[in-house]
Amino acid sequence: MTGAIWNLLLALAWVILSGDFSGLNLVVGLVFGYITLVLIEPQVDALAGYPARVPRILKFLGFFIKELVQANLRVGFDILTPPWHMKPGVIAMPLEARTELEITMVANLISLTPGTLSLDVSDDRKVLYIHAMFLDDEEELRRNLKEMEYRALELFR
Amino acid sequence: MIETIKGFLILTGALFMLLAALGILRLPDLLTRMHATTKAAALGVILIMLAVAVHFGEVAVVARAFAIIVFVLMTAPVAAHVIGRAGYFVGSKLWSGTVKDELRPNYDPLTHELKSGLETDSNAVHQPRENDPK
Repeated sequence: MTGAIWNLLLALAWVILSGDFSGLNLVVGLVFGYITLVLIEPQVDALAGYPARVPRILKFLGFFIKELVQANLRVGFDILTPPWHMKPGVIAMPLEARTELEITMVANLISLTPGTLSLDVSDDRKVLYIHAMFLDDEEELRRNLKEMEYRALELFR
Repeated sequence: MIETIKGFLILTGALFMLLAALGILRLPDLLTRMHATTKAAALGVILIMLAVAVHFGEVAVVARAFAIIVFVLMTAPVAAHVIGRAGYFVGSKLWSGTVKDELRPNYDPLTHELKSGLETDSNAVHQPRENDPK
């Protein structure tokens, strides 16, 4: 968190000092700030782990956007063509996530990808009930959900 | 080039919103409708906001466009989850083509207890939550 704030401060300093208040210049400042933080990370304890986390977040964003578009197209195809190809159903997914924040994030990500909607968490916080639209291949769906959860948890731990 | 990107973003965004609207009309039950409306509509808003950011290209507008994207991404799944959950527990009928329901047998409509199905003897008792009524 401190790393992110420092990165932003460095970028703002770059924007002010270079006197060019455009969005592109802010991005340039963010990149330079990130490079600076990578260079000084070994000497500053508060920054530990920040440089490694940024590429992970970017990779996760890429993965997530890919899933989002792909699944949206699939749902869209089913809406547009007259016969129903979908096989909806409610499945129970055992959770790796332990704390409330992690469960919230995982449930939100699952809700955001089309084709899956998190319904509820069991009272003992061990299982997430998910409504899925395409249960043709349940094993594959479970594997995809697990991969999504694993990648999301990586960002917090 | 920029014009083409903008046009593409706005048109695909509008297309996804149209899909969401068609989904409400065509899909057979509440839960599948929630699938169509929240996600396709959220993606539509995101694409249109990206087009706005590309078109204006000023810090103030770009920052606001990204703030809108972040807020849509934060609120849409929560709303979908709450509406879907409420609808399910109130008893809205699932579509006849539904192949599987692993939630129903674990849910007790009298106590609103939801089991995980993984209980061992030690944690089979009801685990109290902070906001439980006494």
